[in-house]
Amino acid sequence: MKFGVVVFPGSNCDHDAFYAIGNILKKPVEFIWHQSENLANCDAIILPGGFSYGDYLRTGAIARFSPVIKAVEKFAHGGGLVLGVCNGFQILCEAGLLPGAMMRNSGLRFICRHVHIRVEQTDTPFTSAARKNQILKLPIAHSDGNYNLDENTVADLEKNRQIIFRYTTPDGSDDAAGNPNGAMHNIAGVCNRERNVVGLMPHPERAVESAVGSADGLVILRSMVEALAGAAKATA
Amino acid sequence: MATAITEIKVTPEIAAEHGLSADEYARVKQILGREPNITELGIFSVMWSEHCSYKSSKVHLKRLPTRGRVVVQGPGENAGVVDIGGGLVACFKIESHNHPSYVEPFQGATTGVGGILRDIFTMGARPIAILDSLRFGELVASKTTTEEDAAKNRRVLDGVVRGIGHYGNCFGVPTVGGEVGFEPCYSQNPLVNALALGIARKEDIFLAKAKGIGNPVIYVGAKTGRDGIHGASLLASAEFTEESQQKRPNVQVGDPFVEKLLLEACLEAMRTGAIVAIQDMGAAGLTCSTTEMASRGGTGIEIDLAKIPQRETGMTPYEIMLSESQERMLLVAEKDRESEVLDVFKKWGLDAVVAGSVNDGGVVCIKNHGRVAAEIPAHPLAEEGPVYQRPIGQPGLKKETAANWFAFTPEGADLTQNFLKLLASPAIASKRWITEQYDTSVRTNTLAGPGASDAAVVRVKESLDSESGVMRALALATDGNGRWCQLNPRVGAMHAVAEAARNVACSGAKPIAATNCLNFGSPEKPEVMWQFSQTIDGLGEACLALGTPITGGNVSFYNETLGRSIYPTPVIGILGLLEDSSKVMKLAFRSDGDDIFLLDGPLAGNRSEHGGAMVPASDPAREFSSSEYSKTISGIVAGQPPAIDLAAEKRLQDCLVALASESVLASAHDISDGGFAVTLAESCFASNELSAQVNLDEAGPAEEVLFGERGARAIVSAKQTSIARLQEIARQYGVAATRIGRVTSAGTLRIQLNGSSVIDSPLATLHDTWAHSLERMLKVS
Repeated sequence: MKFGVVVFPGSNCDHDAFYAIGNILKKPVEFIWHQSENLANCDAIILPGGFSYGDYLRTGAIARFSPVIKAVEKFAHGGGLVLGVCNGFQILCEAGLLPGAMMRNSGLRFICRHVHIRVEQTDTPFTSAARKNQILKLPIAHSDGNYNLDENTVADLEKNRQIIFRYTTPDGSDDAAGNPNGAMHNIAGVCNRERNVVGLMPHPERAVESAVGSADGLVILRSMVEALAGAAKATA
Repeated sequence: MATAITEIKVTPEIAAEHGLSADEYARVKQILGREPNITELGIFSVMWSEHCSYKSSKVHLKRLPTRGRVVVQGPGENAGVVDIGGGLVACFKIESHNHPSYVEPFQGATTGVGGILRDIFTMGARPIAILDSLRFGELVASKTTTEEDAAKNRRVLDGVVRGIGHYGNCFGVPTVGGEVGFEPCYSQNPLVNALALGIARKEDIFLAKAKGIGNPVIYVGAKTGRDGIHGASLLASAEFTEESQQKRPNVQVGDPFVEKLLLEACLEAMRTGAIVAIQDMGAAGLTCSTTEMASRGGTGIEIDLAKIPQRETGMTPYEIMLSESQERMLLVAEKDRESEVLDVFKKWGLDAVVAGSVNDGGVVCIKNHGRVAAEIPAHPLAEEGPVYQRPIGQPGLKKETAANWFAFTPEGADLTQNFLKLLASPAIASKRWITEQYDTSVRTNTLAGPGASDAAVVRVKESLDSESGVMRALALATDGNGRWCQLNPRVGAMHAVAEAARNVACSGAKPIAATNCLNFGSPEKPEVMWQFSQTIDGLGEACLALGTPITGGNVSFYNETLGRSIYPTPVIGILGLLEDSSKVMKLAFRSDGDDIFLLDGPLAGNRSEHGGAMVPASDPAREFSSSEYSKTISGIVAGQPPAIDLAAEKRLQDCLVALASESVLASAHDISDGGFAVTLAESCFASNELSAQVNLDEAGPAEEVLFGERGARAIVSAKQTSIARLQEIARQYGVAATRIGRVTSAGTLRIQLNGSSVIDSPLATLHDTWAHSLERMLKVS
């Protein structure tokens, strides 16, 4: 089992993802340079947060054309696990691996705070260790997390149970107060139809130890580890 | 007119336009043995500007304590370095970017943050935290502030906050703390002081000494453009006039993305072992980096400007040498290993070119396409600039009587309404609206971000002891009360050190070192130099007493507009070390039923020190008139700062550190702005809906007891099982620990004085006022 953390110029959560996998979960992990066209035989890929290529044009819009994303597309189409966090989610949207697009936060400002999200679906390799409707406390830190879709796509996502995480209040209600950025239908994270690619705005990799505010992100990373271990067993 | 400027013949008038006095110009000619050309004149003018040369402050700065057991590198390098054990060092410094932030708030603040970050990673340290100490004019119109000024102040604050956020968030370093203050005097001259902290292994620290004859000099990073020319000399070293908006082209423009690449590339290039010396290009750009590296190394440097990557065509040597384009570095590599260095920068997509070499001539020689454009002896240029013993004059004392002081409200009055006004004042109100625009959690080291503890606390992952599982943490706090320094610069400066150190101790960390940013008016005014000299004395005394040597910082003079100076505002950053990161103390009450104690390092006797002379303890109204409450409720700013007893401060701080090391306390919060009542309320606000019920048995007017700002005190809470140990440790350190009440879940904050109620309010009412006041003020337009 090996995780790969992609490093774009401007990635700034790459070290945190690396630390969460390598030091906290103690699983093999390596960095993958943005110009690499192969994924070093990794079994799961994390696209970390940050400002890839400065994000000058539109978040994720330049990274989408990088050599490594070509490899990630191929990997994803072959069923490989891909987790995009924050800028990683934005890149996955731009690359068409996930539906939807990001707009500026409704308040038009960068926001960093702990938010609560509810696990909507547990039949994904990213949420299998969570309870249905489990509330996770995770930090956000972004300017562009206002997730937007047309209503037909929303209906599609609902039908295929692709909405994985929703912003919520601490007690689990759908009140607008729990939504930090104006994202449509309180959507915080989605998966693709095949359920092997997930993107979310909150940072699970920043929430792996209670000393820094929350360890709730572990449930997502552990789900991935379990999925990979299960897959390894199945092929063995 | 690219060529025309090089042909300008230098005259005394042109020298004067460059800010060089007749004496300074004579000295230039003496050093060169001839008339300078225009490029050389430009180089002298920036190197000898107040900002770069410290010509007015040097003689005073010598009086600061800079040595100590943990100090690895004191003032004089890009940043201070202190030993934090386990083979690791912390590298930290604070710097001002005041004038650019007024002229162009967003860019001024971004480049302030960018500059201080570069200072840290130039030393080979990876930045792990940023703090900002900000001062603005009043945000709402009042007797002292017009609506036009208030609107401008709100715009400046908004731009500065966006700028700080933009740079730090993109660069990927958490902005974890600092403070924000408001006084009318900052209306035309806001203060933006940015502090950065980095971590390195002790043996990996890099210095800026150009060594090794024949070694290549390499330029890396962003291309050089025409931005920021004379930023240091014309913007930072002169007061503002009505034409200051015309200085916008002097403001630099920052690009945090390029700086992030530069950081990663520099640290990676340093690991090749092929780099000998490195210096960032900040103020005075290429001029300062070439000259200082050669001067410190006792060598000479020759570069050819034709090789410097340029953003625009037709730049003259004068423009290239004086440009303050951001995100650039100059480094010296080992001969024949330059390709190792160049390859790393190429990998990160950055320009890197060999621009020249180190020689033994002791001269900085600037060529342009092979032709000499400037040739100046490095050492005299860098180190033998003018030094002034500026005239000092104590301002005439205003006649001060009780009639000017705060008049206490008669006994028995309900003070809740005034308390609400105080909680709504921007100095006291929650700064969440600001701090939420900063990424506070990236790098996953933040143990206490804004508002969680009295100091910002970040752990140092590199310090993990694999056997014990223990990690060290560093605490940082900034402080500086300009109002107090205006009333008494020496005592005010002592308070700044004492409060920052007390904040650090309240987080559980032991204060170990300091950095300072000294914001003052024009040094050409004797009263400003008096304030400066007094401040230095106060800082020195306090830093000695509290065991926090000063490792660096910066001086910012000419903070005045249309002849009006700001309050003298020394901002002190104190670094603390927490041996075990799990022992961090926060300010929030933790559990219903915990006991609340007032810790007080009582003043020695009833005599106190004010401005050098021992005077009898004064009328309480005299000290109270300098408080936040007096200013907010009565508009009175007068009297004296609270008396200070550094020995008492030291006892309290040592006591807090000892209590933390044994995890005796559930919470700790020092008493400062707004006094006892505000401190108690903040410990409730930060908690999960806990409140408090306390009774104080103290003589004196109720307002003084509730809102007085005397130092050396903290409000702490503890479980009942820890009380005996709390009292024992307090006794051991000579600190009075008085049980005053308990944490409740009643949802009401109740404060009694000698048994009668003085404040009784639903916590939700207080919290709503405190939490949203700043936001409400900023929405006004």
